[in-house]
Amino acid sequence: MAYKRQIDRLPIIPAGAREQNVTCHYCIVGCGYRAYTWPVNRQGSAQSNWSGEDLSQQQPMETDAWYAPSMYNVVKQNGQDVHLVIKPDHDCVVNAGLGSVRGARMAENRRSDIYGTQQQRLTDPLVWRYGTWQPTTWDDALDLVARVTARVIDKENEDDLFVSMFDHGGSAGGYENTWGTGKLYFGSMKVKHCRIHNRPAYNSEVHSSRDMGVDELNYGYGDYEVTDTIFLVGANPIETQTNLFLNHMMPGMRSGARVLVVDPRRTVTINACEEVAGAENVLHLQINSGTDLALFNALFTHIADQGWVDADFIAKSTFAEGIAVPEDEAHPANLGSFEAAREACRISTAEAAEICGVAEADIVKAAEWIARPKDDGSRRKCVTAYEKGIIWGNDNYRTIGALLNIALATGNVGREGGGCCRLGGHQEGYYRPSDAHVGRPAPYIDQLLIAGRGKVHHIWANDHYKTTLNASAFKREYNRRTNMVKEAMDARAGATREEMVDAIVAAINAGGLFSVNVDIIHSQIGQQAHVILPAVESGEMNLTSMNGERRLRLTEKYMDGPGQALPDCLIAARLANALERVLREEGRNDYADQFKGYDWQTEEDAFMDGYHQGNPEVTYERLRTMGNNGVQEPVKGFENGQLVGTPRLYEDGVFTRHGREDGKALFMAGGWRGLEAPGKAQQKANHRFLINNGRSNINWQNWFLDQDNDFVSDRFPLPYLQINPEDAAELGLKNGDMAEVYNDVGATQAMVYIEPTARRNETFMLFGAPSGTQGNVINAGTNTLILPNYKQTWANIRKIADASPATAKLSFKSWEVEL
Amino acid sequence: MKCNKLVDVGRRQFLRGGVMSAAGAAAATIVAPAPAKAQSLARVDYPSNRLANLSELKPNEPMDIAYPDADSPGVLLKLGSAVEGGVGPDGDVVAFSVLCPHKGWQLSYNAGDKTLNCPGHFSRFDCEAGGQQTWGHATQNLPQFMLRIDDKGDIFAEGVDELIYGRLSNMLA
Ligand code: SF4
Ligand code: FES
Repeated sequence: MAYKRQIDRLPIIPAGAREQNVTCHYCIVGCGYRAYTWPVNRQGSAQSNWSGEDLSQQQPMETDAWYAPSMYNVVKQNGQDVHLVIKPDHDCVVNAGLGSVRGARMAENRRSDIYGTQQQRLTDPLVWRYGTWQPTTWDDALDLVARVTARVIDKENEDDLFVSMFDHGGSAGGYENTWGTGKLYFGSMKVKHCRIHNRPAYNSEVHSSRDMGVDELNYGYGDYEVTDTIFLVGANPIETQTNLFLNHMMPGMRSGARVLVVDPRRTVTINACEEVAGAENVLHLQINSGTDLALFNALFTHIADQGWVDADFIAKSTFAEGIAVPEDEAHPANLGSFEAAREACRISTAEAAEICGVAEADIVKAAEWIARPKDDGSRRKCVTAYEKGIIWGNDNYRTIGALLNIALATGNVGREGGGCCRLGGHQEGYYRPSDAHVGRPAPYIDQLLIAGRGKVHHIWANDHYKTTLNASAFKREYNRRTNMVKEAMDARAGATREEMVDAIVAAINAGGLFSVNVDIIHSQIGQQAHVILPAVESGEMNLTSMNGERRLRLTEKYMDGPGQALPDCLIAARLANALERVLREEGRNDYADQFKGYDWQTEEDAFMDGYHQGNPEVTYERLRTMGNNGVQEPVKGFENGQLVGTPRLYEDGVFTRHGREDGKALFMAGGWRGLEAPGKAQQKANHRFLINNGRSNINWQNWFLDQDNDFVSDRFPLPYLQINPEDAAELGLKNGDMAEVYNDVGATQAMVYIEPTARRNETFMLFGAPSGTQGNVINAGTNTLILPNYKQTWANIRKIADASPATAKLSFKSWEVEL
Repeated sequence: MKCNKLVDVGRRQFLRGGVMSAAGAAAATIVAPAPAKAQSLARVDYPSNRLANLSELKPNEPMDIAYPDADSPGVLLKLGSAVEGGVGPDGDVVAFSVLCPHKGWQLSYNAGDKTLNCPGHFSRFDCEAGGQQTWGHATQNLPQFMLRIDDKGDIFAEGVDELIYGRLSNMLA
């Protein structure tokens, strides 16, 4: 039987309960929620409660006067147990009261000592001692980290310190925490061997858009509601940007927008678009995996040849003559004028149809939907949205640029109903000193670690074990190197701190690696850590982030963090304090001075030291006033008690993201060149199945909280592998069976989910699962600029076990609604 | 059988006017005194309500019911093959709330694959897997009504295993 909570009533929020602003800390959409807290010994009644409604009556659909059990918990606030309800905010323009299967579980996914939820959360710093992790104090743990770290860095060279650090907003990211970590590693130090939470280097996911002058988040969500065509590429928004789809794209379709989807898989988004817009208004270009570039170049060529371009816009706002940025190691294609791009990208619709495996007529139709002027000659508005399908797909740089070419040529950037944007994963919240010292292409950190480089590794909320590519090799080598240090520490149990540091340093000099893990849970890579430092999340601290339309909000702290856990910015500050102290003790005063300036007591101090310095209008107090609707960045001023923002970028037609003084956007002159990343073409030739991969709506990121959520783990105890019914029959696979996916670089496991719409020899596996790492079978080859290519992966499949009791009982029916 | 797609706006207004009318078919349910039972969880007391007689059910044809009161519409189903949690001689009789636990739109039954589908935002629930959300936005599986069948074939509902949409207590006070 499906998991049921057996909850048949909930405490009622009393009138006068404390109310605070919350932005959902999961996906990029950043839906508004309200957190209600009140003392455990009180509650409202049916007649007297927060809502003003008579709750002895059944409430109607879409009511504001109901909350699900998943929106309720009992947590600590200032040391006291309080009731907590976190429910969607009906007054927030982002979501208008809608929750999603992720966000509406925020309350349930808080640590509660009363209800026992999220007992996996870390409460104390842990140090590897006596053969396991022992709880200790911040001072003790940070002293060890600082002493070992100080032994491998000096003023002139910090290359032996490797750092993996998140760069996102929401969750435990945000402007406070990216600044805290950024100031430490890019301000006090100039660490060059660093990477980001979801990729093996410190680089942009959308270099080409920025190099062309266009920030990747340039529209407002309202643009979907007033457009003629919604062009979705490698994106599945009903699952992964849910309320953007429900609250903005759906109204757009209801007002007549058509939808164009480029994806090798028929996603549930496509089904939903057909329901809303009518199948005749939805065109799915189901291309061969990794051929997007050929398609976009053909669309661009056809649109230009037909003259369906915005000549005024091209003349006024884009670079006119030849090549502006020549191709080199840091720029994997020429960038320049519209005509230069036409020449380099030229490919016929017939040729593209052949490469992409779609009908030529569909490519022509797509071009018409995007760009053919309306009968009265007016511009057809088209909003373009892309995500991991091309970000983590073949030839990232050229492909994203080719898509942006189409939007620029048709004047669809900076205009109502336009925009060419990534959809995003996490929210954003990046404020750090320059990363220019890292270089471009940036160092490939995971490969360097595999090759034995690095001596100390600081990890901030990254779980390479679940989410990196070439994960089989990475885990093998990382286990070996960190175990060397564990063994050295075990051999010196009872030693003084000084002796222990010597023993650790001896082990790392012999090829070992000292691993420090800052996280909210004991992660998989955290199993190899020597010191584990507990962090808090959004809501357990005040935290600022912006969403996919640059909407900046403050989530207010509504509960205590678990045990001794601290905001990442304060952990970074205390680590800086410890490094300063240790360096001074060692007589390295010049270097120690670099670690001054961290006397922050609160996350607000970190915010004022960082983001506020660059954006002096913005303070916590003002953001609190702006509530869940916040302000769209960049913030331009403060008038009549309100922050003044920017609803849409580039309305003046001046493009600046590349830093060019002329303010002209550049076109991408990059032709189609097949599967670009090393090893992909061979892997494809040698294995039967495409192992396409990505997210589901129910599992947030690498399941770090969801792995301890009964509702979610009941639905998907293992990552699913969607497979065509005939393929499954040939391999003797039934629903719920455990399959092994294996190839030249590794192996992993997944649960068979037979999907009639899956094409022959093309599967889709859920990414980031703790119980089957998809990255085990992704090879090490990256696209130019060290952009990982997760999507183009091929492997073979075999059965390893029948359905288990956990999987046999599940629903394996179609996800496509039938009304 | 397949239920017709409803016009969104009309549906909205219909339900905003009160869920009462949606449960009209349930007016005939008989409210019997609840049999005494042990309360292991601190649960509300549910009535034992007669929903129908087995003889009235046709395989894979949904019957409109309401439980635990007329304002909580549901569906009674004889699925045609045994399922976990099913009652009756064939182990195939189940009943569910039809208020979508996402935002309370009313679900429609798809006899083709025995699922309940939501016109609001396209969630779907599997009637053969205890109301598990096959795909969707709700943060709970579909509330299922616990059933008992007596010697005469009368089907009684006697409990609910999840919170019903639109009420903070399954038994309205
Ligand atoms: S759509 Fe995204 S931001 Fe909104 S509630 Fe869901 S997870 Fe949170
Ligand atoms: S109300 Fe059913 S999916 Fe939203």
